Amino acid sequence: MTGLLLLVSLAALCGLGLGFAARRYRAEGDPVVDRIDALLPQTQCAQCGYPGCRPYAEAIARGAADINRCPPGGDAVIKSLAELLGSEARPLDPGLGEHKPKAVALIREAECIGCALCLKACPVDAIVGAAHKMHTVIAAECTGCELCLPPCPVDCIDLVTLPSTLTTWRWPPPAPRPGELGPARPR
Amino acid sequence: MNDEQSELRVGHRFWRFPGGLKLRHWKKISIGEALAFAGVPERLVLALKQNVGEAPEPAVEIGQPVARGERLTRLGSGFSAHLHAPCSAVVEDIGRYPVPHPSGLEADCIVLRHDHEERSVTMPHLVDWWRHDASELLERVIEAGVVGLGGALFPTHLKLEPRRGLPMRMLLVNGAECEPYISCDEILMRMYPQELLIGTQIMAQILGVEAAFIAIEDQMGAVEQILRQAAVEIEADEVEIVKVPTIYPEGGERQLIQVLTGLEVPSGGIPPDLGIVCHNVATALAVYRAVLKGEPVISRIVTVSGRGVEIQRNLEALIGTPIRHLVALAGGYNERARRLVVGGPMMGYALAHDDLPVTKGTNCILALIDKDVDRPVPELPCIRCGECARVCPARLLPQQLLWHIQAGEFEQAREHALNDCIECGCCAYACPSQIPLLDYYRHGKGELRARDAEAAAAARAKARFEDRQARLAADEAAREARLQARHEALAQGDKAAQIEAAVARARAARVRDPEEV
Repeated sequence: MTGLLLLVSLAALCGLGLGFAARRYRAEGDPVVDRIDALLPQTQCAQCGYPGCRPYAEAIARGAADINRCPPGGDAVIKSLAELLGSEARPLDPGLGEHKPKAVALIREAECIGCALCLKACPVDAIVGAAHKMHTVIAAECTGCELCLPPCPVDCIDLVTLPSTLTTWRWPPPAPRPGELGPARPR
Repeated sequence: MNDEQSELRVGHRFWRFPGGLKLRHWKKISIGEALAFAGVPERLVLALKQNVGEAPEPAVEIGQPVARGERLTRLGSGFSAHLHAPCSAVVEDIGRYPVPHPSGLEADCIVLRHDHEERSVTMPHLVDWWRHDASELLERVIEAGVVGLGGALFPTHLKLEPRRGLPMRMLLVNGAECEPYISCDEILMRMYPQELLIGTQIMAQILGVEAAFIAIEDQMGAVEQILRQAAVEIEADEVEIVKVPTIYPEGGERQLIQVLTGLEVPSGGIPPDLGIVCHNVATALAVYRAVLKGEPVISRIVTVSGRGVEIQRNLEALIGTPIRHLVALAGGYNERARRLVVGGPMMGYALAHDDLPVTKGTNCILALIDKDVDRPVPELPCIRCGECARVCPARLLPQQLLWHIQAGEFEQAREHALNDCIECGCCAYACPSQIPLLDYYRHGKGELRARDAEAAAAARAKARFEDRQARLAADEAAREARLQARHEALAQGDKAAQIEAAVARARAARVRDPEEV
């Protein structure tokens, strides 16, 4: 009898504890969406067909979208999404665009007529300007999403790749010397 | 024994750092020649960015005459350090020129043409430095553009500034120059012992530390005696000279601190975390010149050595002097010269040509010969002998790092503490398979840096996108609310009166600005 009582009271205690913990420490938002969103490049370019990286992440989490719809992320993002979700990596959907090296928008300022249309198109507010005034792109904040290109009535926006500078340069991997075996990878 | 006591006992006992190598040091070949001034070249190229952090902005214009010691730059918002004209000159150009860097890329430079006049300025200086407080002394250090002259180029004033909540306990002045061939610090200690000691005293005063040490290597012979003698002459009894055993890479600040105190700088940390600040001897001399003489950093001692030049020697060169000029003063290349390296043979990098300027970090120019450059056997597969791990002073797992980097698994390499690699090159030196391990680690570290930069940019883009969404939503809500309010007012009030009011408003607007309506 005591044994039974003890068991029941233990079970009740555990239940109470778990119930309390579930309410007290409830996860804010959807952790899966956050983790998917963290892998996306945050260009906010909408090439995936969703109005930004977060909505695409939500669609992936719902199972409504495939993981190969992010052209700026390319194969690297597809691979990491596949790893996160335990699914199969597959090539980028060719209908959405191709993976290009990072570029930034540059306004040919002499040709800009100050129409302010690109200001509204920029998803990260990286263009400064006002009506009838010249506009310019804050290069450090530009994600290279290309969304400012279509609205420009005078086509004065170019996408340029930034040249390598001393701060962005990185050591290349050692080149295998001709006639030598590269070190084997014993894994 | 607690930390406090162990520091007071510096020099009485040595600890060991893991790994390391005993290298043939090749220093005697350049120390025999007396230190000479390399002269003023016709044209000087000063790279704008000669410091860790951001490049300063040029504050001179093309065609402007400048005096020796005149400041050429103004500082931006980030970490930065000033540049000064090394001689009386005219600004010839401000633009992109090749600078010594492993990439061979060009960088923003100020080009000066020597005008053979003797215009010269000195900055305000504090002869009675001991009467001034830390902020006044720091001001002199900032104005003089002092950076870590051991090669790290970290702005010196940032290392001397007080850090909140972290009292500094010890100043370590590093004269333990461990790379083979390089003897610029040794000759500096021989030539300027008193100045070095005073510079050390000034830095100790700025930091507010009691204990100041100058560390030298045990193979440096007479240097110890010279420094002790100088300390007696100027009564610098708070500065202690300690001699450490010569093991490569003991000149690394982490290794030197470990040898002297037994304390290890934590992974991802810096020496001030232990209450220790480490500066190169050349930096201490630059602090002396800045504070007592009002002289900015406009020159440095460069070792020109290697068996590929005729006369191995040390030269005091103005910043911006072409390396070619220094090689000529060393008797030029001999027929054996094969590769030109800046820095030491272990950590330096090869240059494509010698028409490049000396920077504040150029401590050594080496002309290496076939025997130094050739590998006895070609690169072979890793045989897992473990030599690399045995010699690694940072206690890393070099093989593991190599495999991860070769496989492109940079995040795993990060987990194996790739960023704690000090790039000493011991592993590559010890590797019997001749694998260029250091090249792989430099590549891996570069990739990690690039990834971090991308991640930071993505986080910023995300925040800006979210802010914009929030702003658009708020604008929309405000518009809705306005419309709603108007509808309600219209529904409740006297329609005729409101129409009257609207017409009046429109008329008033037309009178004010006929263009706009």
